[in-house]
Amino acid sequence: MSLVVTGATLADGSALDFAVVDGRLAEVSDADDSAERVDASGLVALPGLVDLHTHLREPGKEDAETVASGTLAAARGGYTAVFAMPNLDPATDTAEAAQYVADLGRRDGHCEVVPIGAVTKGRAGAELAELGLMAEQGVRVFSDDGACVHDSLIMRRALTYLKTYDGMVAQHAQDPRLAGPSACCHESDISGRLGLPAWPSVAESVIIARDVQLAEFTGGRYHACHISTAESVDVIRWAKKRGKADITAEVTPHHLLLDTPHVESFDTTFKVNPPLRTSEHIEAIREALVDGTIDIVGTDHAPHTQEDKDHPFDVASPGMLGLEAALAVVMELFVNTGRMDWATVVDRMSAAPARIGRLPHQGRPLAVGEPANLVLVDPSRRATVDRSTSASKSRNNPYHGLDLPDPVEMTVWAGRVTYRR
Amino acid sequence: MHHLLSAADLSLDEARSILDVAEEMHEVQRRPIKKLPALRGRTIINMFFEDSTRTRTSFEIAGKWMSADTINVSGKGSSVSKGESLRDTMLTLDAMGVDCFVIRHASSGAVAQAAGWVRASVVNAGDGQHEHPTQALLDAYTMRQHFRDQGLSDAYEGKRIAIVGDLLHSRVVRSNVLLQATLGGQITLVAPPTLLPTGVETWGVRVTQDLDAAIAEADIVMMLRVQRERMTGGFFPTAREYATEYGLTAERVGLLKPTAAIMHPGPMNRGVEISSEAADAAASRVLDQVSAGVAVRMSVLYHLLGGEGAA
Amino acid sequence: MSADGGTRVIWDSDDVNRALKRIAHQVLESNRGADDLVLLGIRTRGIPLAHRLGAFVSDAEGIEVPVGELDITMYRDDLRRNPTRAVGPTRIPVDLTGKTVVLVDDVLFSGRTIAAAMDALKDLGRPRVVRLAVLIDRGHRELPIQADHVGKDLPTSSAEHVRVAVAEIDGEDLVTLSQTKES
Repeated sequence: MSLVVTGATLADGSALDFAVVDGRLAEVSDADDSAERVDASGLVALPGLVDLHTHLREPGKEDAETVASGTLAAARGGYTAVFAMPNLDPATDTAEAAQYVADLGRRDGHCEVVPIGAVTKGRAGAELAELGLMAEQGVRVFSDDGACVHDSLIMRRALTYLKTYDGMVAQHAQDPRLAGPSACCHESDISGRLGLPAWPSVAESVIIARDVQLAEFTGGRYHACHISTAESVDVIRWAKKRGKADITAEVTPHHLLLDTPHVESFDTTFKVNPPLRTSEHIEAIREALVDGTIDIVGTDHAPHTQEDKDHPFDVASPGMLGLEAALAVVMELFVNTGRMDWATVVDRMSAAPARIGRLPHQGRPLAVGEPANLVLVDPSRRATVDRSTSASKSRNNPYHGLDLPDPVEMTVWAGRVTYRR
Repeated sequence: MHHLLSAADLSLDEARSILDVAEEMHEVQRRPIKKLPALRGRTIINMFFEDSTRTRTSFEIAGKWMSADTINVSGKGSSVSKGESLRDTMLTLDAMGVDCFVIRHASSGAVAQAAGWVRASVVNAGDGQHEHPTQALLDAYTMRQHFRDQGLSDAYEGKRIAIVGDLLHSRVVRSNVLLQATLGGQITLVAPPTLLPTGVETWGVRVTQDLDAAIAEADIVMMLRVQRERMTGGFFPTAREYATEYGLTAERVGLLKPTAAIMHPGPMNRGVEISSEAADAAASRVLDQVSAGVAVRMSVLYHLLGGEGAA
Repeated sequence: MSADGGTRVIWDSDDVNRALKRIAHQVLESNRGADDLVLLGIRTRGIPLAHRLGAFVSDAEGIEVPVGELDITMYRDDLRRNPTRAVGPTRIPVDLTGKTVVLVDDVLFSGRTIAAAMDALKDLGRPRVVRLAVLIDRGHRELPIQADHVGKDLPTSSAEHVRVAVAEIDGEDLVTLSQTKES
């Protein structure tokens, strides 16, 4: 099939009429008469979004999400590629497991699915997983996400070993002594009042401070997942200024938008790890995303069944949905407030994550000859978020009831329309 | 009142009414026939997901003396330990048509969550490190009795209440601070900085490490239990050091005003936060607290279940 | 003797005290003196009436008769049909076992209050005899209960409202009958 898209504006403000032919962008004149004509007047055409941080739950927890449902949610959010975190059952800690996730993506995916490999066996933090064999299958991002690679020596070895493969450690930074397994509320007057196990901001930054020095020391590639605190921003900023380490950082839409008081009703929808922070941290991470200290937005899309949320707050599963809302949140916070232009949005949500994840055919500028991965965005449309309409199998949607932009009109992945309103 | 989840839920009138009715219930406790028919036909389930013989027994007696049918369900051995969600556990029991759940849970907020799922009334009998409102009510009741016994005004205004010990992990202190914010008592908190809750400076109470000064001016000195396992958490070095720095030693009993009372929600760690001399001193109202517990809980159950629209 | 619109004054203070004095003598007569006699006023207005009755009995016999107070809130059969009611003190001055207990109330109507009072009494001891003294019996009984000592039998329609005011609570003694129920 082919498309002819006319009237769209690009991220840089220029106009481009184009055709989609054989999975690539082409001149309008290259399309034949049977091509579908799309009037994109008033819409913005962006490269397809890339999520470096997605939980797809398959294999192992298919009642919460499958590759099919998760990637459909991704397509509805404007994504054309997602990196699948390895906390699956079995964990993605072998070449075979990584191959299986990639195969599921090819079979069921509504976008590209790229497996992330575990850093350690079973994500237990003790012994290295078969990093090289996974890398031979194309894996470039390694993470024990959900668990922190807390042992300094293991982190050093992983960073060093992965240099051969241009691999990267994506760290879930959480000092397990400062913020133990039950920690679930940002340490603040709210945790003090509610008596919820506290998750202090420094439990994140002390790990990142150590890691950036190990990255510098080893020359390995390091990525800090879901930065949530002002102290972490300071550390990253300091390390980037030194310029001696290959480090990148990520922030989630929920940490950008939602604050600690959301947990005061003990609604486990708002339980997430790291926890929602207070305004001074939120402003710090927003500023860091604008100035590039934080490189990308990663959704940390974490579907959970209602059964897994219907527990006491400190026991319920942490995590919230994000793929369908991420662009809306970024628009609301940055584009609609004038803090970011579209080109910067494209960098933070498409080009930079593709570059960090070593996905050369994603996050490309929209131009004739480029792969046809794109999303058409209506910058003015808004809607009230309704969790029941999500493409995800889960309903742990923290944006339910909020009035937010509702931008995505059409998503095209590798020349195929994967979503249209 | 449909639920009692937090001491902050109580208006001044409601708190006073609970304390006043508790006085009448206390009278019933002294009768040969300890029975009132007010809750006849009501069914109360005591759901203790966390062990507490003292609180469970107190609620059970209170319910029985009010003629309610009381049933005890412990978390251990029930479907809870088989991984059923808290919501399913609550919905199942609620569907049996009970009127009230009295819930103790190790997780902060679990009782409020449960209340959101059921039709029956819910009483928080202690949730994690969050709240224990009936404990604060029985403490307030005991304080008032003590003020009267000492010939003092029975108002809380102008009285100084020192609460000493592991404040970080204590639901008792949180409920007492909230209830006294309504009743008017002035609270001073004393603890090593490692055992102070984050944000305690926003609670509207005084915080100090000067235990001697706090004791000397207090009308009520409430000592909180310090668990020995806190030592391995690095909260303080040894029991000996804690007892010396923050314990109510025999010497510190000598600093008390002659009209002051010693209170402790129990169970006591004699020799750690409280010496035997203090626990058994004439000023000790510890057993009065236990006795008040039944009367206050009878009153709470009456307020929740005694009238129209209740349950 | 019409106070206003539909309200009629039945008794004033002198009438009330005359009736109580008469009841005091009846009580002493039926008990053959004041021995083992206990008066229990039913909250709210039965309490001051019981204290006055006790004073008349004591005056007549020259010995102090114990007077107590009974709150029957928790024994009411209509507890569930109203918002949660305040509970007042119950004060029992002596062990009731073997005593002659006279329950004192202002108005006897359906009999439900007295039934609740007798339930309460059962939990408080085992009197030898229980009698009932009321200032006004207005009829319309719903239970098989009758008073032993009555200040005044006042025939009423069920729509009418009898109000007994007592000086200790209301500032004056006054018994009135109104056509429509006051709220």
